Amino acid sequence: MSLGGHLLFVIALLPFLGALVPGLMIRAGRTVCAISTAVPTFVALTMLLTLAPAVLRGEVIQGEIEWLPQLGLSVSFFLDGLGLLFACMILGVGLLITLYARFYLSGEDPMGQFYTYLLLFQGAMLGIVISDNILLLLIFWELTSLSSFLLIGYWKHLPEGRQGARMALTVTGGGGLAMIGGMLILGNIAGSYNLTDILQAGEAIRASEWYLPALILILLGAFTKSAQFPFHFWLPHAMAAPTPVSAYLHSATMVKAGVFLMARMWPVLSGTDAWFYIVATTGLVTMVLGALIALFKDDLKALLAFSTVSHLGLLTMLLGFGTEAAAVAAVFHIINHLTFKAALFMTAGIVDHETHTRDIKRLGGLRHLMPVTFVIGTVAALSMAGIPLFNGFLSKEMMLEEASHTTWLDSHYVVPVLATLGALLSVAYSFRFIAHVFLGPVRDDYPHKPHDPPFGMWAAPALLAVLVVVIGLAPFLADGIVAAAASAVTGAELEPHLKIWHGVTPALYMSGIAVLGGLALLALHRPLDRAWLAAPRPEAKAIFDALVAGAVTLTRRITELGHNGAISRYLAIFTVTAVGLGWIAYAGAGLSEPTRGLLPVPPVIAVGWIMLVVATGFVVLQHRQRFLALTVLGVIGLSISAGFAYLSAPDLALTQISVETVTIMLLLLALHYMPQTTPVESSTVRRVRDGAIAGAAGLGVAGLAYAFLRRDIDTISDFHIANSYEGGGGTNVVNVILVDFRGYDTYGEIIVLGIAGFVIYALMHALLDGPAGRRLKNTDYSRNRSRDRHPLMMVVVTRVLMPIAVVVGLYIFLRGHNEPGGGFVAGLVISIALLMQYMASGFAWTQERKKIEYHTMIGLGVVIAGLTGVGSWLAGRPFLTSSYTYVHLPPIEEFELATAALFDLGVFLTVLGAVMLMLYSLSRIARFAGETLNPDPMDFDPRQPAVQPQGER
Amino acid sequence: MELIVASTVGVLTAGGVYLMLRLRTFAVILGLALLSYAVNVFLFASGRLAIDQSPILSKYGDATYTDPLPQALVLTAIVISFGMTAVLVMIGLGAYLEAGSDRIDIDAASEDAAAEDAR
Repeated sequence: MSLGGHLLFVIALLPFLGALVPGLMIRAGRTVCAISTAVPTFVALTMLLTLAPAVLRGEVIQGEIEWLPQLGLSVSFFLDGLGLLFACMILGVGLLITLYARFYLSGEDPMGQFYTYLLLFQGAMLGIVISDNILLLLIFWELTSLSSFLLIGYWKHLPEGRQGARMALTVTGGGGLAMIGGMLILGNIAGSYNLTDILQAGEAIRASEWYLPALILILLGAFTKSAQFPFHFWLPHAMAAPTPVSAYLHSATMVKAGVFLMARMWPVLSGTDAWFYIVATTGLVTMVLGALIALFKDDLKALLAFSTVSHLGLLTMLLGFGTEAAAVAAVFHIINHLTFKAALFMTAGIVDHETHTRDIKRLGGLRHLMPVTFVIGTVAALSMAGIPLFNGFLSKEMMLEEASHTTWLDSHYVVPVLATLGALLSVAYSFRFIAHVFLGPVRDDYPHKPHDPPFGMWAAPALLAVLVVVIGLAPFLADGIVAAAASAVTGAELEPHLKIWHGVTPALYMSGIAVLGGLALLALHRPLDRAWLAAPRPEAKAIFDALVAGAVTLTRRITELGHNGAISRYLAIFTVTAVGLGWIAYAGAGLSEPTRGLLPVPPVIAVGWIMLVVATGFVVLQHRQRFLALTVLGVIGLSISAGFAYLSAPDLALTQISVETVTIMLLLLALHYMPQTTPVESSTVRRVRDGAIAGAAGLGVAGLAYAFLRRDIDTISDFHIANSYEGGGGTNVVNVILVDFRGYDTYGEIIVLGIAGFVIYALMHALLDGPAGRRLKNTDYSRNRSRDRHPLMMVVVTRVLMPIAVVVGLYIFLRGHNEPGGGFVAGLVISIALLMQYMASGFAWTQERKKIEYHTMIGLGVVIAGLTGVGSWLAGRPFLTSSYTYVHLPPIEEFELATAALFDLGVFLTVLGAVMLMLYSLSRIARFAGETLNPDPMDFDPRQPAVQPQGER
Repeated sequence: MELIVASTVGVLTAGGVYLMLRLRTFAVILGLALLSYAVNVFLFASGRLAIDQSPILSKYGDATYTDPLPQALVLTAIVISFGMTAVLVMIGLGAYLEAGSDRIDIDAASEDAAAEDAR
């Protein structure tokens, strides 16, 4: 990557980094805040200008960082003539807007926010024009929609601001979604998501049968963004934004994004009939319609908004023509439109700021009161009208020239006539802007007495007005950039020579007609205005609102169909869908021939199977008798452990048996505080329906299981078996996998288990502090209580068993690496030993003898496991690489010391802590519910009722 | 044997799904427990069945072993599903104690509680 490539990344990042600053700098004052906004923009612009000479020579600067090359995702930027032109516009106007906004925004507006949003938008916009990867481009595209939403709705207290922002987001965001589809198709045809590659694949794309769908989708994105008919309506509503936003987004940058995209894709998509008829026609209609509406708007900004719509239509039409000369005209007009329209918006903002109104009918005669503003506004408006010696004239001439020899459906007249009409209307509203705002007599009923604003406020539009005149008088100055940009658009080497006088051409006549006709229209404005107001017109906002309301109703209906708050419905839908998808997959591909035979079934197993099926049936049928169902659930668990043991999985059998025990204990504890039976609620129909769903799911899963059990697979386990002893130092492959090969997974899992323990603990506390706690206190559970809660026999037996159980646990833990066992099982065994003490000798008695908090145990376990893993870094090995050695200490048998055992210790501690914390939390609830305390075990006293100590919770 | 395992998975799944479609938390918890069994056996079976081939390396020369990887995965799955069941039990218990009803769909549950409060 060249130095230029690196610079591109910096340029792309600068606005985003800069966006962090103004929000903070506002504390240092408004001017400092504005300067802190201008600095990143200025730096980016300077960097850009250092790259400019190379680009103007025709070089393309590229920079790329690969991210997910397999998916075609990379962060890549490139800068060619077109990108340079737009980037200069974005940053240059951004600077002017920063200056202008400093004076425009009042003291009550949160200026820091404004500048932050502005820089975010600037970064997004800049990203669009220099992205090389189209997926990246799409991200920036959506970012402009989002950041413009924030900017348009900047005045949050104004309802029209909020509505306008929503409308803009809906329309441009929706278009963006369509464009994503189009871009993906394009990338698919070209085989790459890099613009530079796609631009080379123009012929393949145009020949593809997917060309038209892609074209329409992409154009939807471009048309919505660039406010083309019939999506033009959002732009005038977005005028509720502060004027700097309108000047920046709605004249210079965002609305040009659509035009930019069409220009960018020009070599790929243009040159077909579909392109010409869709793009040129839309542009033509938009141009005339926008200009017509603009003429009758009384709001200054609405007039400018529709005029922008009209000019965007002009640009679209030029790109739609698909000729190189039209592309040159379009590029040139992009520059010209930027200069005069941004100046006009700022002028309108100044007028609004000074007179407190934007209503043209209440203005007039301002040239005497605001001479500077008058000059700036007039120069810009004359350029917009296309009067000679101003830059608007030049590009308009080029447009008319192109229009004059364009045929549309074999007609030589449609395009030239309509183009002339557009130009004529454009003259009319431009002159109206001058005449009805600045000319005429001074009035005495302005809402506020106006005068010229401070220099800072008119400096920016004045600079643009100077550009208007300079380009208008010396168009050759723009030759270089126009040539570079137009060459980039067309993909051909173009060297246009921009000049004022082209001789007496058809375009000149058309211009003449336009100017005269425009003046005539202005003279007739009053009666025409009355007729316009009387004529029925469709109100875009009402239609849009109705559409949105309809969409909302529809989605609500669909949502309520699936999401009615009943989890059983989601589960049913999910199950049916999963079974259905499984069926489709099966029906589509079928099955291969079985490759494995069946293993024999010994009678014991058959009996066990029958037991399990009967038990399951019993649980399902008798689930209303909760206690009974729970007990039988244990039978199922034990049968499964037996099955694991038979099918060569001793570790699983051990784990299953111990988990089974604690699960049943946990459920029994919980059941104590819940209703003992489930009432009959579902109708027979519902039960049959659920039975059918369940049956289908069972059949599907059974079929799937049977299908894969009969077929062989390639497994990666041979590696594990081969390396278990040499690499992991253990002969129990399952344990070695847990603590070594897949130690990362295990580490994650114990953390999850620990979190589950904490969640339960936290839930318990939250519950006991809420209404549940009160309910518990007020419910009498004593009738369920045995008078002999701590039977003598059980206490004695558990006491005797305790050391034995601990030794067994220790044994299982130590041998885990080589024989069935390990940290998981050992943790569970020890917790069962402890639970026995709780149950037999009572909660308080056991709690008093507990030395380590269970929280600490979980934490300790995770830390030990983690440190063991980190330890292997110190030896220069990857995380969790184990090492081991064998030790012989007489009289004990030779045994192994491995770091894996340390990791297993962490697992052991976490499992123990989590299980105990869960059961401890449930017992806390028991104490809360009025369970008595027994500091001494064996508190049986048949003569006395159980003692309720005071003040204990 | 394959049929036995497959049908076990099927029966457990069917029972689990049926119970999970019930309207009370306790039935759903039972259903989830059944479903956890089913999933664990299913995953375990993906290593194919073998008898007397425990993945404990033999000291006495060559031997064949069953696939240890699914076993390792299922081992942690058993422990994790215990954690999940425990959390669910606690949530169910909490919901019952807070709302005074162990119904699982929101509207009916609040109606039950309202009825109880009225009493």
